Order: sequence, then C-alpha cells, then structure tokens
Amino acid sequence: MSFHPKMPYGTPQWHKSGRKLAEEGPPFAFTAENREKLARIIARYPPDRRRSALLPALYIVQEQQGYVSGHAMAHVAEVIGCTRAEVEDVVSYYVMFFTQPVGTYVLQVCHTLSCALNGAGRVSEALCQHLGVKPGETTADGMFTVMEMECLGACDRAPVVMINNEHWHECQSAEDVPALVAGLREKGLASLSGCVHKKE
Amino acid sequence: MRLPEPVLTSHVKEPYAYTLDNYLKRGGYAAMRKALALAPEAIVEQVKQSGLRGRGGAGFPTGMKWSFVPKDNPKPKYLCVNADESEPGTFKDHLLMERNPHLLLEGCVIACRAFGAKAAYIYIRGEFYHVQRVLEEQLEEAYARGLLGRDILGSGQDCDIYVHRGAGAYEAGEESALLESLEGKRAQPRLRPPFPAVVGLYGCPTIINNVESICNVPLILDRGPEWYASIGPEKNQGPKLYCISGHVARPGVYETSMDVTLRELIYDFAGGMKDGRQFKAIIPGGSSVNVLTEASLDAQASFDGLVKVGSMLGSAAIMVMDETTDMVWLADNLISFYRHESCGKCTPCREGSDWLHKLLQKILRGEGAARDLELLLSVANNIGGKTLCPFGDAMIPSVLSTLQHFRDEYEHYIREGRSKLPRAPWLPSAAAAAHSH
Ligand SMILES: Cc1cc2nc3c(=O)[nH]c(=O)nc-3n(C[C@H](O)[C@H](O)[C@H](O)COP(=O)(O)O)c2cc1C
Ligand code: SF4
Ligand code: FES
Repeated sequence: MSFHPKMPYGTPQWHKSGRKLAEEGPPFAFTAENREKLARIIARYPPDRRRSALLPALYIVQEQQGYVSGHAMAHVAEVIGCTRAEVEDVVSYYVMFFTQPVGTYVLQVCHTLSCALNGAGRVSEALCQHLGVKPGETTADGMFTVMEMECLGACDRAPVVMINNEHWHECQSAEDVPALVAGLREKGLASLSGCVHKKE
Repeated sequence: MRLPEPVLTSHVKEPYAYTLDNYLKRGGYAAMRKALALAPEAIVEQVKQSGLRGRGGAGFPTGMKWSFVPKDNPKPKYLCVNADESEPGTFKDHLLMERNPHLLLEGCVIACRAFGAKAAYIYIRGEFYHVQRVLEEQLEEAYARGLLGRDILGSGQDCDIYVHRGAGAYEAGEESALLESLEGKRAQPRLRPPFPAVVGLYGCPTIINNVESICNVPLILDRGPEWYASIGPEKNQGPKLYCISGHVARPGVYETSMDVTLRELIYDFAGGMKDGRQFKAIIPGGSSVNVLTEASLDAQASFDGLVKVGSMLGSAAIMVMDETTDMVWLADNLISFYRHESCGKCTPCREGSDWLHKLLQKILRGEGAARDLELLLSVANNIGGKTLCPFGDAMIPSVLSTLQHFRDEYEHYIREGRSKLPRAPWLPSAAAAAHSH
C-alpha cells in the first residue's frame, strides 16, 4: 500500500465506520416449498428483472429462519442472480429485516407523534420494565424483543404495537401491558386484538 | 357543493364490505365497463375535466400527469400505485384498501387503459401485511371472474395487477425511490429529469399515483366529471378523506369535501378535544407541513386554503395537540422521525437531521444556550431547498413553525433549563424518555 505514510490504515482507529457485517449464521438454503413460492413471485416481474423479487425473497428467508444471516444473503444472491453485496446493501437499508436472531415475539411500539401524544412512551416504558429489558434487547428466555418504531399508518388506533412485522395490537395503554405479555405467553398470537377482519 | 354523503367510504363499516360480491351489489365495476368502451384519450379528458388533484401530497392534477406518458414510446408502460402510506398521521389508504379494495383495483384498470399500461404494481408498505392479504385475496377473486387479466370482459384490454410489499422505509413513498425499491434496491430517489412518466420503472414510462387518487377515478367515470367538479371549492374538487388523530375525542378517517374548515374537522367530525382539555396547535397535512394555531382554525382545509394560512394540505393527516403538549418536545419527536428515515443519499438531509436532533436534545436536557436557537434556524435553512428530494423540505417545518409560533417555549428551556409546561400525563417518566432515541 502506498497511501499516506502516517495514516494508521487497517487499525480500528482508522476504521471508523459503524457498519457491522452480518453474522454468517448456520448454512442456509430455501426449502423446496419456499423455492417454489419464490419462483411464483419472480414470475410477477419481467424475466430480466428478477432482482425485483429481492424484498419478497428476504421475507421468505425471515419466515424460514427468523432473521436474515450472511449465509442466507449469499444464497438469495445466487437464486436471484445478483451479488451478495447488493443483497447486503438492501438488507441493511430496510428496518423490517432482522440481521440477528430476535425473540419469538418482537414487540414494536410506534412512538411517532400521534401515538406518543396518546401515551406510546408510557407503553414502551411499561413493557421494558415488565420484561426487564431496554429497547432493542431480547429477554433472557428468548421470548420477547422490545423495539420502538416509526408511524405505522394507524394513528387513529394509537398507541399501536406491531408484533413480528405481521400482527397488530391496537389502542394500548401502559396498564394493558401485563395482560398483553401474559396473553402472548399463554395463547401466542391468537391473543392479539388484530385488525377488523379478525372480528368478522 | 358540500359532499352530501360519503362515497369513497360509504360502506366501510359494514361487515364484509371488502368482498367482490358486496362490491358488485353496490354497483361496482360499472365504471370500468364504461371505461372499456371509451377511447383512452376520452378517459384522460374526463379525469382532466373532473379537476382531480393527486391525493399523495403535492396535489398535482392527475389527468395532466397521465397525459405526460409519451404515446410513441414502444416500451411497456406501468402504473405504480403508491400505497406506502408512511407520512406520520396518515391512515386513509389503509382504510380504503382494507375495506374497499375493489375500488382501487377498478381504478387501476381504468388508469392503465387511459395511458396504455398493461400492468400495475401496488407498492404497499411492509407493515400493512393484513391489508396486503385482503388485497391479494380480492385480486384472485377479480381474476377468477374475468375482471382482471387478459382481454377483460371481451374488450381486448389486458391488465395485470400485482402487490409488492415494501420493508419499512418512509422514503420509499417518494415516487422515484419507490421505483428503485420496486427494482430490488435501496429506496433512494433518482435525479430528475428524466421524469418517471418518460423513464420510470425498468426504464419504461411509468405513472405513480396515490391510492386515494386512483380510488377517485371510478367515481369520475361512474357519476361523470361534471358531478365530480361540482363537489367542493373550485380547483379543490371531489370527495376528500381526512385522517384526524392526536388529542381528539374520536380519531379516525372522515370523508367530506374541501370546503370544510379545520375547526369543523376537529369539533364536528372528530368530536372535539380529548378529555375536555384545551386546543393548542394543529398540524394540518402530515408531519411535513407547518404547525398552525387557533388563529388559523377557520381556514379551509383544501390544497389552496391551507397554503393561504402558511401551511399545506399534504396527505390530509390532521394531528391535533392540546394544552399539555410541549412544542420543543414535538419538534424533536418529528425530527427524530426524519433523522431515522433519511435515506442518506445527500449530505444536508443526512447530517442536518442529526444536527437538528442533537440541538433539540441539548435544549430539552436544559443545556441549550441562546445562540442555539439561531443555530437551529441556520441548520434548518441550510437543508431546505438544498436536497435531492423534497424530504429535506419536509423535515424543517416542524422546527421552523414551532420556533415561529412557540418561541417562548424554546426560550423558557434556555433560560430556566426546563419546560414551560408541567410534564404531560401521557409522557413516560423522564428516566425512560432519556433511554429512547
Ligand atoms: C419523502 C416523501 C414521502 C412520500 N410518501 C408518500 C406516501 O407514503 N404515499 C403517497 O401516496 N405519496 C407519497 N409521497 C408523494 C409521492 O412522491 C408522489 O408525489 C405521489 O405518490 C404522487 O401521487 P398523486 O399524484 O396521486 O398524489 C411522498 C413524497 C416524499 C417526498
Ligand atoms: S433529501 Fe434526504 S431522503 Fe431525499 S435524497 Fe437526500 S438524503 Fe435521501
Ligand atoms: S403515529 Fe403511531 S401509527 Fe401513526
């Protein structure tokens, strides 16, 4: 290397980027069933535009493995026909992909304005106290991860909690937190209030 | 004319309002039949006559947008429906898609015919998984009845509709970033020109429209552009959905016409203030527009009416704050959102959002100095107008307008080291608040 003689290249002091590479994780390949599911999705885009199926492919990884590991990214790159760097680029941009294992139930509390005005901060506080974690952490038994997230597009049902990217629990208050946690422990996702359809 | 009764959301509260059978019973897909018998130019003409302006934020005339698609371009053309709905305070597209999905699908077919597209992608935000399931289920139903796909009802018109799920990024709602995301990349905007109507998805001519905009199209075809144009004030025509949230008694989506005032929306539609507390401030168009005070409540909640009082209609997301709301806290809540969501492509936005957040945090901790207020203004003014996409301009109203109307609250922090207001009952303990962000 012939850059500047006094620069400490290669040392942690020089390498200031906060970027962490994804952990490799266990070996990964789509199940036959998921492979087929992905093929059906790829068919929605023009044949030379397979990369459009990247987000759907990553969702399938997450469904299969719970998070998106380095190995999974390499596998997705191979299936889609792009580079692993391109996959990592995308995974690291979107908040709905977890790059590390998370709890069985990821409790994401919206803390944007309308929810905050209706006590979302108190809901996260109560959740964290009840479970003994800080936002972003997972309980020791691997059951719950608590996170804060931005507006979910349901501000009339504030405060909103989204569980595992797919399930909603609405109009929460700090006082409801013990029941929410107990419900998930006992009955799982079936205990959630969900959306209108559930009631129909 | 005031809209006499809801038309977009008339049946949403009924059980199973979303099914194809119920939609057909309500006269659904009649507008599509009409459109399939019309020449494409005639459809564009009707939409132009109706005066429909885009409901996604900017209020751009929809008919005019469609006419920008070049006719002689041999490439395929696309419709992308913007169902990213992530402007804080907005939840109208959510309701439309969840409870009246066929209105959107019908609108898509009409729009595709109007500018020569054969495929539409509905880009839906990742968090709306339950809505996506409804949409996909209803898509299948419509395909099964020959209302979508090849040679629709023997008209020779083809139209395929696909739902594409995003993965949590506010910036994906910006039209060119949406296209990038749909192509399997980071949701970061493109430099324009060329505009998407000429070079869009996969390099092909593409129209991007908001869900509510497309849902208005069947109404225009069904009831006629004259009827549509007779609703609401001039240049702000048609039925409009308002999302009202925050400190109101009955938050929700309300449909009326744009001659309504902010005061009517709060007190008549949303049932007034929550828990009998006093009104303090209102954000009339999503987090990206200026905060207004009591003095502006009689303004018309229309595209032009809100510009007159120094704000914007944006996505018609009305957030109402009562007397317990600390406006410096509010500015920081919104700036934290923008800091988190900045796509990072250009420096003023990426770095500026962080600076604003740090300055506001410093003031909130009681460590602010008098010059920090000037610094806030200076940082904000060096973001506005200096970024690649309108996100930069969308970030600063929260700071500029709270400084304008509530400067005394900022000054109180600087002088006394604490808020002018007692701690609001809905806020977490100070210790827990310090942990987040
Ligand atoms: C940062 C940013 C976020 C946006 N988010 C959305 C959105 O969530 N939904 C939407 O319909 N339009 C959104 N827009 C506006 C779109 O870029 C675009 O103008 C709109 O979808 C056009 O549709 P319309 O002509 O039907 O209004 C956003 C714009 C910006 C700059
Ligand atoms: S203004 Fe912000 S969101 Fe828009 S391109 Fe620049 S960094 Fe990205
Ligand atoms: S602010 Fe929480 S859903 Fe919009």
